[in-house]
Amino acid sequence: MLDTTRTLPAAPGVGYKPQHFAQILDHAGPVGWLEIHAENYMGDGGRPLAQLRHLAERFPISVHGVGLSIGGEGPLDPDHLARLKHLVGWLNPASFSEHLAWSTHDSHFLNDLLPLPYTSATLDRVCTHIDQVQEVLGRRMLLENPSSYLAFAESTWEEPSFLGEIARRTGCGLLLDVNNVFVSATNLGFSPQGYIDAFPLDAVGEIHLGGHDEDQDDHGAPLLIDSHGRAVVDPVWALLDYTLDRAGPRPLLVEWDTDVPDWPVLRAEAQRAQSALDKVPA
Amino acid sequence: MSNTAKTLAVAASVAAALTAAATTSASAQAKEKCYGVSLAGKNDCAAGPGTTCAGTSKVDYQGNAWTLVDAGTCTEIELPEMADGTERQGSLEPLERDLPA
Amino acid sequence: MSFTQDLFYDALLDPARPHPRGLHDGRSRPAGRRFDVYRNNVAVSLTEALHEGFPVIAKLLGKRNMDGLAGLYWRQHPPASPLMMQYGAAFPDFLAGLPQLSHLGYLPDVARLELALRRAYHAGDAAPLDPQALSIDPQALMSATLTFAPAVQLMRSPWPIHAIWRFNTEDDAPKPSAAAQDVLITRPDYDPVPRLLQPGAAEWVATVQAGGTLAAAQDRALASAPDFDLVALLALLLGDGALSSLSPPKA
Repeated sequence: MLDTTRTLPAAPGVGYKPQHFAQILDHAGPVGWLEIHAENYMGDGGRPLAQLRHLAERFPISVHGVGLSIGGEGPLDPDHLARLKHLVGWLNPASFSEHLAWSTHDSHFLNDLLPLPYTSATLDRVCTHIDQVQEVLGRRMLLENPSSYLAFAESTWEEPSFLGEIARRTGCGLLLDVNNVFVSATNLGFSPQGYIDAFPLDAVGEIHLGGHDEDQDDHGAPLLIDSHGRAVVDPVWALLDYTLDRAGPRPLLVEWDTDVPDWPVLRAEAQRAQSALDKVPA
Repeated sequence: MSNTAKTLAVAASVAAALTAAATTSASAQAKEKCYGVSLAGKNDCAAGPGTTCAGTSKVDYQGNAWTLVDAGTCTEIELPEMADGTERQGSLEPLERDLPA
Repeated sequence: MSFTQDLFYDALLDPARPHPRGLHDGRSRPAGRRFDVYRNNVAVSLTEALHEGFPVIAKLLGKRNMDGLAGLYWRQHPPASPLMMQYGAAFPDFLAGLPQLSHLGYLPDVARLELALRRAYHAGDAAPLDPQALSIDPQALMSATLTFAPAVQLMRSPWPIHAIWRFNTEDDAPKPSAAAQDVLITRPDYDPVPRLLQPGAAEWVATVQAGGTLAAAQDRALASAPDFDLVALLALLLGDGALSSLSPPKA
């Protein structure tokens, strides 16, 4: 049986950055939970783990992995899976999530979330890996939709139904990143609202928000980059409202990973997420 | 020095060091110890800035074509070449003679 | 041809290769430079990881040189693990092997020092030895052995690595002059510190690290440096919490 007893609150959370440690403890404001990147807390000790132990006394923690390579053609790295089991074991976080992506090839880790074709072969492989992760961790995981910059000619599934089928087969939940939806929709020319309409919202255990950069492709078409380096833009807040209207209140996470601002700026983003939640009938 | 003398010398040193250690200030509270910025080596799930820089440059990513330009604090540090004993200054002139043919 | 991660991987690492086929922009046009987003993500993130992991090397060489070296390095040594905190373990040897840097013979050891500081930061925690544990019968003390905290690392270099490190990290630090230097990395609480060791101290530490008794450590240190100062070394070790346990002589 998968342990589903611990869950995140339907409140704003933020991606934890060490420079915010003291202010988070003293001036959390509307922030009701924190998300950490799993790989940064896989050392043997020192300040990262000491900080995490303190934070976990105050806040529910979401462990968000970025290195498992769930979409990789090769087997999951057993060492990495063991490290994850250790972290999730002692921390007992409220949630564990990973990405629909690959990053490791022949034991080389490329430190990026690389794209997958949506085929039956990919589906089988991803489901096998998620089964393995949930078995090893003894808990349900969430799988996040990626930001896409290109698409594969061989894909035979649309992304929302692909994720829905993974959730149906494995019992995993989904992490819906509405900025990623907006980025992918702009980059690949589909309707972001249509994507939300097709998305299995019942399976959504967490929603991500983040900022993106703007670039252009060879044809001068807008190409948005999921940089997590600025404030969430208004169209993404609107897409969040559209999503919450249909899904109801969910845990909302603001991600800010590059050019990380001072705490009050990030807290203000969390406050805006709180306002979005306040508008939703419970 | 006899073994006894050595033992007494070490014991005296330990006693002196303990006196010094006892006078150092008490350590801070656990939470305050946690303050401070992390050292390098962080994972995150952000993308880089666009399409335009490091990954697409086709120039000199193959070994010997890389050249050192005159920059950085090493231009201020002058140390003799210790390993081979030659007094070569720490200048940043391109060292063509060291490049494999 | 069907997509394989082999092809994608090869094209990511080598910008001279064409973009993989079968990629489009969602509107039936070839993906073109959209693929370069991934090339760029990998290159930028690994280059930044090396800048952050070796700030003193980056300062010694300047940003442009470091960027070029990073581009060379990550293609030859992509990360072998998803833990970016460990990335760059082969960087010192890589620097040592570049003919273009052979006149800067100190670089590899400075890079090793930076790696050791990073390892110390993430090393396991250990309660520091209560100094009073050393207040035992002098004969027993001489036959005792000591354990260092996991963060503690000894570095011996023919170069003035401590002075070079200070020159690049502290305001108004003096310019390094030629000298071999021994450094002990300690971690009082959570911040690693490189401590410059005085003559004989490295022999003492190395002997104790290898499981030698305090008597053996004292002999080695004095043989290396007749003016070896045990008081100063013990004050440093106790003050920084570098010792974690004392084992009395085996009966």
